[in-house]
Amino acid sequence: MKKIFTIVIFTENKIGLLSRITSLFTQRHINIESLTTSESEYTGIHRFTVVIHEVEDKTKKVVKQIEKQVEVLKAFCFTDEDTIYSEIALYKIRLDETIDRVALEAVVNTNGAFIKEEIGEFLIIEKTGHKEQTHQLFEELKPFKIQGFVRSGRVSLSRTFSTFSQHLQYLETHSKEIITQ
Amino acid sequence: MNMQTLTVEKEVEKRNEVITGAEAVILSLLAEDTDTIFGYPGGAIMPIYDALYGYLDRVHHVLTRHEQGAIHAGQGYARVSGKPGVVFATSGPGATNLITGLADAKIDSTPLVCITGQVPFAMLGTDAFQETDVISLSMPVTKWNYQVTKPEEIPAAIAKAFYIATSGRPGPVVLDITKDAQFATFNFDYKKCRGFRSYNPKPSIDIESVKAAAELINTAKRPYVLFGQGVILSHAEKELAAFVEKTGIPAAWTLLGLSAMPTDHPLNVGMLGMHGNYGPNKLTNECDVLIAVGMRFDDRVTGNVSTYAKQAKVIHLEIDPAEIDKNVKTEVAVLGDAKESLRLLTEHCHANEHTEWLDKFHEHARIEHEKVIQAELHPSKEGLTMGEVIRRVNDLTDGDAVVVTDVGQHQMVACRYAHFKKSKSNITSGGLGTMGFCLPAALGAKLGAPGREVVAVIGDGGFQMTIQELGTIFQVQAAVKIIILNNEFLGMVRQWQQLFFDKRYSSTELVNPDFVAVTKGFGVEASRVTERDKLDSSLKAMFDHPGPYLLEVVVEKEDNVFPMVPSGASVDEIRLE
Ligand SMILES: Cc1ncc(C[n+]2csc(CCOP(=O)(O)OP(=O)(O)O)c2C)c(N)n1
Ligand SMILES: [Mg+2]
Repeated sequence: MKKIFTIVIFTENKIGLLSRITSLFTQRHINIESLTTSESEYTGIHRFTVVIHEVEDKTKKVVKQIEKQVEVLKAFCFTDEDTIYSEIALYKIRLDETIDRVALEAVVNTNGAFIKEEIGEFLIIEKTGHKEQTHQLFEELKPFKIQGFVRSGRVSLSRTFSTFSQHLQYLETHSKEIITQ
Repeated sequence: MNMQTLTVEKEVEKRNEVITGAEAVILSLLAEDTDTIFGYPGGAIMPIYDALYGYLDRVHHVLTRHEQGAIHAGQGYARVSGKPGVVFATSGPGATNLITGLADAKIDSTPLVCITGQVPFAMLGTDAFQETDVISLSMPVTKWNYQVTKPEEIPAAIAKAFYIATSGRPGPVVLDITKDAQFATFNFDYKKCRGFRSYNPKPSIDIESVKAAAELINTAKRPYVLFGQGVILSHAEKELAAFVEKTGIPAAWTLLGLSAMPTDHPLNVGMLGMHGNYGPNKLTNECDVLIAVGMRFDDRVTGNVSTYAKQAKVIHLEIDPAEIDKNVKTEVAVLGDAKESLRLLTEHCHANEHTEWLDKFHEHARIEHEKVIQAELHPSKEGLTMGEVIRRVNDLTDGDAVVVTDVGQHQMVACRYAHFKKSKSNITSGGLGTMGFCLPAALGAKLGAPGREVVAVIGDGGFQMTIQELGTIFQVQAAVKIIILNNEFLGMVRQWQQLFFDKRYSSTELVNPDFVAVTKGFGVEASRVTERDKLDSSLKAMFDHPGPYLLEVVVEKEDNVFPMVPSGASVDEIRLE
């Protein structure tokens, strides 16, 4: 049975790695639901967060293929139960005379969102949470004529002790950065 | 002696001198002991070719007739010598012509360092003349690739390229060097790469997994070893022999494992795969413990994987973690280099014999001999068979030749019947099945092992895919012995059409040129044989000829290769006719 998996990948910061990694999904006909990359808590090491909807066996195999890439340090695979995760969504509303400001603010408040900025006749609303929640707000804002909507990829952290720092230490002691012969 | 001092001085002198990126490429390759480069020049790589001109006393450049020829030659060189093949190509079409060879080398784990020229940095992304995005194009078919845009990066990039190509599970790498980086100057200094943190090519062996494997083996009644190219790549031939000899376990080779053990070793039971031997396929589904060494359970080996060795506990000795449980679920995985894993496993296994079990293989071999092999090797019909040609080659080379094959029926027949005494003697395109591989690969093999007899066995179809490399063979006078097994058909496809598509021979019949005349036109000696009583003398004439030679053998047009595990069938459904 297919379910949501979050794949977390730690890599060296190298050009082309993103495409090398995504092509592994393409080759296996796995659709990427969302993808986020950023520098990790370790200087010079990047973290990819890839969300896919796939069966477990295929997911585990693609994770091994990712880890096989020479500039990938480590790849982990989590189910939703294993992680705390979040997405951020921004909504743009145009404040014209037809808008009921009070009703709008009520929707914002009950959804745990906030007004990030008011620029002239535009209002930017921000909401963080799971996809269902940002979607819920999207539905409720529809009557106010949404001018723009964007949702980020998922970011996630595991619920348990991270083994990556240990792994990194192991890698560093077990390899010698380019040495002269 | 004098020469040597001179060259050392030259190098020392260069080290203190500011040199161009192009010259740094050549000096870096020399620092990695490169003696042969296969390549083809063009605009974007001209500075490197210009630098090469000053070093032709120290490195041999082979100008092939096509970049695909260059890369396959590099593969042949690598497979026979164990050293990485080094390949040059220009940007754009030069680089795209390498793609087939990269894919072939990737899937067959062949170490290659390919250097492509690229348009100047400032022109990247402008659709400049002969610009292609080589990095993106080659990404899925390389173990690693990298674009160099500054001369300072060249030594470290080349060092890394060699290290990655040759370590762990080997594979091809591409370095794409912009033309401005080739022209610019810098202070050259070379350091070999010995490792970097994100890459662990040799996982350390977990002794507990070795013990668990040994326990399974020690209590097994019908254990069975399958070995692949991993044995050759990790130089584990002696360790494999020691393991099977101590434990008395019958062993079968994959297409790429061929020659990792002598053909006539009493425990070598033959070849796996779609056209492998009868017993090795059939008995896969009767063993109780299956020990896979440096092989990857390719679908051509497993047939229908859902009915493959279901009764057996599987032990997998493998260097690449991604191969574990990929196609076949293992009971015990021993991750690590095959040489060391086998040594440890042998230590932990009891001496044993499995005579009755081994006899089963012999029994199957007798059946196969009666039903297939006898008629193939000693035919009574008029037309020549591919098998009898290989049998005579074995006799005349004392089973000591490097046998290079193309793809098709002739490949399966050659691999089934060729005799091997030494490792690294079988060069074929296994995983990709690339027609056109053989002729250039044989050229590369001859240059990688000049002291050995190199026999190229090619079909009439595949020969015409890279036939122009006859020109290279003539130019460098590589004494390759080329046998064209001419059945005037794309034989392997025709066989499938006969067996599975109601004999509808859709686009498989070939009207061929006069191969002898064409070959002679290239300056290479050639002859044709059509009759059995002339076969021997024709082959002898070929082997006696000091230079390259082509012998066209006209064989039966519609012979089939058997045994065969039909596509999608189970290994125990192997057909003898
Ligand atoms: C580049 C490429 N194209 C197509 C194929 C499919 N194919 C596999 S075997 C074969 C026939 C080969 O014919 P020939 O070279 O005459 O060898 P034979 O089978 O007759 O011995 C073909 C077309 C292939 N393997 N490689
Ligand atoms: Mg043919």
